Amino acid sequence: MGTKAFQKIYTKINQITKATCALKATGVGYDELATVNGKLAQVVKIVGDEVTLQVFEGTEGIPTNAEVVFLGKAPTLKVSEQLAGRFFNSFGMPIDGGPEIEGKEVEIGGPSVNPVRRKQPSELIATGIAGIDLNNTLVSGQKIPFFADPDQPFNQVMANVALRAETDKIILGGMGMTNDDYLYFKNVFSNAGALDRIVSFVNTTENPPVERLLIPDMALTAAEYFAVEKNEKVLVLLTDMTSYADALAIVSNRMDQIPSKDSMPGSLYSDLAKIYEKAVQFPSGGSITIIAVTTLSGGDITHAVPDNTGYITEGQLFLRRDSDIGKVIVDPFRSLSRLKQLVSGKKTRKDHPQVMNAAVRLYADAANAKTKLENGFDLTNYDERTLAFAKDYSNQLLAIDVNLNTTEMLDVTWGLFKKYFRPEEVNIKKEFVDQYWKED
Amino acid sequence: MATKGTVSGVISNMVTLVVDGPVAQNEICYIHTGGDKLMAEVIKVVGANVYVQVFESTRGLKVGAEAEFTGHMLEVTLGPGMLSKNYDGLQNDLDKMEGVFLKRGQYTFPLDKDKKWHFEPLVKAGDKVGESAWLGKVEENFQPLKIMVPFDLKGEFTVKSIVKEGDYTIFDNVAILVDEKGEEHQVNMIQKWPVKKAMTNYVEKPRPFKLLETGVRVIDTINPIVEGGTGFIPGPFGTGKTVLQHAISKQAEADIVIIAACGERANEVVEIFTEFPELVDPHTGRKLMERTIIIANTSNMPVAAREASVYTAMTIAEYYRAMGLKVLLMADSTSRWAQALREMSNRMEELPGPDAFPMDLSAIISNFYGRAGYVKLNNGESGSITFIGTVSPAGGNLKEPVTENTKKVARCFYALEQERADKKRYPAVNPIDSYSKYLEYPEFEAYIEEHINGEWISKVNEVKTRLQKGKEIAEQINILGDDGVPVDYHVVFWKSELIDFVILQQDAFDEIDAVTPMERQEEILNQVIDICHTEFEFDNFNEVMDYFKKMINICKQMNYSEYKSEKYYDFKAQLASLLEEKKIK
Repeated sequence: MGTKAFQKIYTKINQITKATCALKATGVGYDELATVNGKLAQVVKIVGDEVTLQVFEGTEGIPTNAEVVFLGKAPTLKVSEQLAGRFFNSFGMPIDGGPEIEGKEVEIGGPSVNPVRRKQPSELIATGIAGIDLNNTLVSGQKIPFFADPDQPFNQVMANVALRAETDKIILGGMGMTNDDYLYFKNVFSNAGALDRIVSFVNTTENPPVERLLIPDMALTAAEYFAVEKNEKVLVLLTDMTSYADALAIVSNRMDQIPSKDSMPGSLYSDLAKIYEKAVQFPSGGSITIIAVTTLSGGDITHAVPDNTGYITEGQLFLRRDSDIGKVIVDPFRSLSRLKQLVSGKKTRKDHPQVMNAAVRLYADAANAKTKLENGFDLTNYDERTLAFAKDYSNQLLAIDVNLNTTEMLDVTWGLFKKYFRPEEVNIKKEFVDQYWKED
Repeated sequence: MATKGTVSGVISNMVTLVVDGPVAQNEICYIHTGGDKLMAEVIKVVGANVYVQVFESTRGLKVGAEAEFTGHMLEVTLGPGMLSKNYDGLQNDLDKMEGVFLKRGQYTFPLDKDKKWHFEPLVKAGDKVGESAWLGKVEENFQPLKIMVPFDLKGEFTVKSIVKEGDYTIFDNVAILVDEKGEEHQVNMIQKWPVKKAMTNYVEKPRPFKLLETGVRVIDTINPIVEGGTGFIPGPFGTGKTVLQHAISKQAEADIVIIAACGERANEVVEIFTEFPELVDPHTGRKLMERTIIIANTSNMPVAAREASVYTAMTIAEYYRAMGLKVLLMADSTSRWAQALREMSNRMEELPGPDAFPMDLSAIISNFYGRAGYVKLNNGESGSITFIGTVSPAGGNLKEPVTENTKKVARCFYALEQERADKKRYPAVNPIDSYSKYLEYPEFEAYIEEHINGEWISKVNEVKTRLQKGKEIAEQINILGDDGVPVDYHVVFWKSELIDFVILQQDAFDEIDAVTPMERQEEILNQVIDICHTEFEFDNFNEVMDYFKKMINICKQMNYSEYKSEKYYDFKAQLASLLEEKKIK
């Protein structure tokens, strides 16, 4: 990022905060990049001739006479097939020791897809995990996060999903990722021999937090290249979006903005939506599917980050440790895939929606029975049967170590219905009961 | 000469301009940058410094860029050719835009310039006509649209001439009017109207009273909405706001349906684009898309245009209401609109109100809901705008500014509840907290007595009381245990479960159950009430549960069966014989 000839160099900074610095400059465009003593920065405010820069690495050690050079462009990424198999930092620079990418230079955070040029998502993404495929089926072009506490194995589940799903490219955007998790992904992907279809943009906890703000846009710009230019099915993994939001809060705080709920900026919804809405099914066959992670604090989904995310994404997947079976399960109550009805019963067997709902309803009855038990009441025979059902259902279907196809999942569920209930207790359309309730 | 301005500052989509002449609050200007023209609206004036919100990305905008003012506020262009269209928040025709991605500074004309419409005059030369009077009609998608006296013309006019029946474009002059001062006005098929100004071209706005059928039982039977009524649907994410809204927009008995997708998911809009052209309006048998207009400002589109989108939608609705049509306007979600206001207020460094929303949020919301309603037009006809907004309360907590301020103005409240959604009891409308104020209107009672029956409202109230009672008993059972309450209590509880399963719960994805016509709703209600009035004999609570589960199962199978089909009567007979088993004669 050397200085070109005839570029104007400014050397008088008026104001420095932890994340921003301000100086007098003219002819500067909004969103434009600059370097401050070689550190990358972006224009976030212009008032008259006073320009405020957000310095991605932080302003530690920046003197008031630092050299400021404006680059005349917004942040960009060079895109080409060469991206595949490579690891990059927040600025799109290789961190794997390989050569720089040659390709078309495009601005990141580009325009939105015209809604009328989108296609309705309709392709099922099979993961083998029944808590997802049976109860919360994923569809290409969908955006969905895992809501999980930091101690839960979301990265493992996500890596599994990524490798089992039939996609052309997987793009990993790691924000505030620990170095160990970064190496975990790297190992899993290379062990699976999938490295050549994976592109990673990583900001680890060792890097400055504000840099993270570039990661989703970098990852999605690469995704758009493969989905639009190459008509590929692209899966984008973003972990962890809570770290991203924390970085937004830091910047907005430094810029003296009035915080709204939970000290988050008032624009949090729009900021997150701009990222998640990049998920799309193009008519030409390419698609971008986003699976993200939003870490919760003590399971609290009313916090501004999960709350705003839930309103933007097409559902959410909850992980929970089930103490009855000692395994992590995909919680059927709080999890939801909003696009499942586009495929369930259409791309899967016709009884899928009703079987799924009936099983969850019975599982809810088991939860009630459990409350009764905890309060010291006698259980009815029905209560006891629901409890036994719930245990089997958790173990054989909800647990994240399950790997079945959807037809097998449906058959297992019918088997459990038959084992514990009578048809009228299950409340399913008669035609399905007639077909699948087989007496031995 | 038009006022000009020069950019002096940029913070995200808020730009300050130094101007050389007069500007008006909310006036529109265009800022030139790198070959693009960015549309912006004046939101604050301090001396020669004018603050504008830009409806586009301001990336690359520099100090010194030129701006020109237009002399008018943000306005929509109204005329034949809007039905089935997909607009953005500023009424640009999205289908006319080039490319897969939205390009900055691309504005498209909302109507068809060349299409000829078959015009039939409704007045003749020499007639006296008043404000907004109907001059002629054209048919679009089988809707009789009216060509009216331009809304900005006040007073009485004499028709000097009017064209013969025939085919004309929207730009062709169809009439010449002469006002009281003798001045002539050329009239074509286009009207323009500033979106933030309510249209008041009607004589009076009586209390609404006609039931607006939606086919959703928890609305029509339990908490009905009326033509020209207002309602809102708050609910945490995942409780089925959008599914319920789509169900209403598909099934409601309206002439025109306008859907403002305001800051919501693009895929939801795509669902409408994809499904509505295929789906059939249950009332007319025509394709749903023919009566639908979509205003799509999805969450990734510029924030300022999101604020404009709800006004654009309301103004288009008012235009159709002035023709005497029944319009249903849905806005999903009004919280996103309020957030857009908050983002702007924050950038202008205004002192914040509760939760950092602007202080005048309450007034903005109530003024907006106030634009809906049932009206008597100048010519004695009537028209209506029924408005239903969704609210996305932060953290699902209904004690937040947008929900609270909406509750003050909307007459129907459909509270979606996390607990019901978790139990998959859809639609997850809480039957006890929700309400419809229209049930208390004597006008509505009279209408129902005439169109359904005189006992309807008392039956509906009984259902509500029973649901309340059932909830109380459920709580007692939770505390005291199944054995701790008399068997009779279990019967009362299970009767309320019957109401829940058979009336409240409805499968929006089942072809038959998704929509229940009023006639069928009446039969279901009568049947359920009859069962509730029946006395049963049971030995213990287990028997009660088993018996009612069987009954609920049969009733649900009935709901899934085509009305009055063989299968339907089959289940009905099964139900009758089940009732005989335990009934005390």
